[in-house]
Amino acid sequence: MLAPFLRENTSSQRSECRKFVQVYKGNEGWESMINILPQVLVDGLTLGFMYAVVALGYTMVYGILEIINFAHGDIFMVGAFIGTEVLLISDALGALEGMNPFVALFITLIIAMVLTGALGVGIERIAYRPLRGAPRLVPLISAIGVSFLLQDLVRFTEALARNEFYLNSPALFTGSIPLGSIATIPTKGLIVIVIAIIMMIALTLFVNKTKWGIAMRAVAQDQSTASLMTINVNKVIMLTFLIGSSLGGATGVLFAQNYGTIDPYIGFILGLKAFTAAVLGGIGNLRGAMIGGVLLGLLESLSGAFMGPLTNGAFGAEYKDVFAFSILILVLLFKPEGLFGEAVKEKV
Amino acid sequence: MANLAWKSFKGIPLVFTLIWIVGFSSALYLMDKSVIAFLGILSSIVLVYYTNTTKSIKMAIGAIVLLLIIPLVAGENRYYMEVASQVGIYVAMALGLNIVVGFAGLLDLGYVAFFAAGAYAYAIFSTSQANEFIAGNLFPLSGEWFWPFLIVGLIVAAVFGILLGLPVLRVKGDYLAIVTLGFGEIIRIVFNNLDKPINITNGPQGITPIPSPELFGIKMGTPFYFYFIVLFVIAFIVLANIRFEHSRLGRAWIAVREDELAAQSMGISLLNTKLAAFALGASFAGVVGVIFAAKQTFIDPTSFTLMESIGILVMVILGGSGSIPGVVLGAAFVTILQVQLLKEFSNFLHSLQNSGIISLPNQLDPSKFQRLIFGIMLILVALYRPNGLIPAKRKKNDLDAIKKSEFGKEKLGILGRLSQLTSGKQS
Repeated sequence: MLAPFLRENTSSQRSECRKFVQVYKGNEGWESMINILPQVLVDGLTLGFMYAVVALGYTMVYGILEIINFAHGDIFMVGAFIGTEVLLISDALGALEGMNPFVALFITLIIAMVLTGALGVGIERIAYRPLRGAPRLVPLISAIGVSFLLQDLVRFTEALARNEFYLNSPALFTGSIPLGSIATIPTKGLIVIVIAIIMMIALTLFVNKTKWGIAMRAVAQDQSTASLMTINVNKVIMLTFLIGSSLGGATGVLFAQNYGTIDPYIGFILGLKAFTAAVLGGIGNLRGAMIGGVLLGLLESLSGAFMGPLTNGAFGAEYKDVFAFSILILVLLFKPEGLFGEAVKEKV
Repeated sequence: MANLAWKSFKGIPLVFTLIWIVGFSSALYLMDKSVIAFLGILSSIVLVYYTNTTKSIKMAIGAIVLLLIIPLVAGENRYYMEVASQVGIYVAMALGLNIVVGFAGLLDLGYVAFFAAGAYAYAIFSTSQANEFIAGNLFPLSGEWFWPFLIVGLIVAAVFGILLGLPVLRVKGDYLAIVTLGFGEIIRIVFNNLDKPINITNGPQGITPIPSPELFGIKMGTPFYFYFIVLFVIAFIVLANIRFEHSRLGRAWIAVREDELAAQSMGISLLNTKLAAFALGASFAGVVGVIFAAKQTFIDPTSFTLMESIGILVMVILGGSGSIPGVVLGAAFVTILQVQLLKEFSNFLHSLQNSGIISLPNQLDPSKFQRLIFGIMLILVALYRPNGLIPAKRKKNDLDAIKKSEFGKEKLGILGRLSQLTSGKQS
């Protein structure tokens, strides 16, 4: 009755996977696997840094409000759409012609970050702030609602504007850099990694060195005490949403650049995996989120590439999501504080 | 003031309800295919619930409407029975989830996995699919096996529930939601890909033809029969819900929901209570899954997505988690909204489009906007009615009546022993 909406594990993907298995069976096992290893690692790193930046958004909001901002993955998706639209429109206007791709990407990133940041603040104002102090499940439910709302709103607008909601992003960077003789790193992938690292460093500096960063940490520690210390808690929470969402939006632009095609449903699963990354690293911990993201990206890429050949094609790349979710479940079961987090003692 | 007005509300007069039922049923009988009349009859159940009369009369009217009027008036029309049985399936599922979310307070976002387990259990063994991995040409089973498989589906889903429950109980709150969500996704992906190395679920192609149930040689393939099967199952689940709610276990669930730590320190075993909630909720979903598979005659993994889980959760929360009438109302409302209202609205817009009044791109079809509507409903419910449309009522025990009753005369427990002691001293 309800339409399927997770676009994955389609038959084309499955046949692709079978082809992959055949190719690597043909090349005789281990040797070929070692040959593709560098390429797999590069892909995994690209994906991992994307997870890491999105995971930062989850971790920041969780650290301060202790709610899972389910809509964060969809803010990421909105960012991807805004970036793609900016590029498509400026392409249609001829503005991209002759423009330095770095400048174009920079402008796109700024626009997407401003808009998604505003979106995040708006969501906080409408859907989370009135629920502060409510039982914990209530904001979670409203977050799921926001997530669904955003998906269909984007689909609605795109269907109105372009009559389709699968967009192909114009590629700004097409070249690739050879990495020795065995792997090539596409320029767009390198740019994803570099920008992600810049954003992470900037955020770490902001949180550790500035006045607002200290205020954020104080609010995360204890809201009421922080408010006694003349910290405007509402403003700090708004700022958190602003920064987290704009980072998510920027990652969306990078995602669209790296993978080309986007649709309104990319956010949910990617958001879940980024959340997994945040949990893996220890939620509420910035460094943990970064390392967790990179780790998860690498694991996913490795399992996607090698699970098929290792099990003789019995279990292929279609199980890589199972892998990611299993990690989530295992971490929550055995080390709920994550790799870098501190165990929280329950107050009675 | 509004509160005062609500308190002075004594219920709808019985006459009004009766007129409503008679009016709409005759309207449906006379004017075939009137959607409004059909909805009027379905909504009469809500009226009956709010009618100002005794419980037994309400039950009698409700039973007459469900068992006689709806099948008699709409029985000829396959479409209405289809909608009615669809509504029934989701009501049953929502009632199952109500045990997990409403009573025990465990937010389960992977509930549909248990539904899938039941559906696949029946589908695999009632078609030739099972021959793929079981030697000997034993399958397909005939439709008579539907009835035992209701129990098999229940057991399979309960086992799934315990398997999920055992590890998951270590996490709580929103982490639990995420874990169950991940579990639901894992199950779906596994069902989607389990056509190799051994073909168990036939992968994305799905399994067909699943036989309809048979009873004494009668083939019960039409929605008319499924309506009654579902009604029977709902009656069973409602009864179970009521009995559990006021049992020792049900009180333990509510205690755990309200304050886990306090409940634990009062000697409630968290493991047992939570596990029981998971297993019971899951087992109901399993039974409904078997019915669903038999009704659709075809299942594939697209019927068991996260969207379904969220849909059922919306039903429970919209209606009022923990409140049985609320959950029934929420499930019926959401299902009718999706199955019928949105479709009708789409058809209406299409007819406008065909006559050239408005032009609408195909992608703006309202029937494709479930997620938007779910989203808005979830946000609004969270903001304005976090307890749902019909909030759960605590059962109040009239202490004076208990004292006056014949069971009150004899003192039980420690009081009884004390009075025995004192009376022993006196004699």
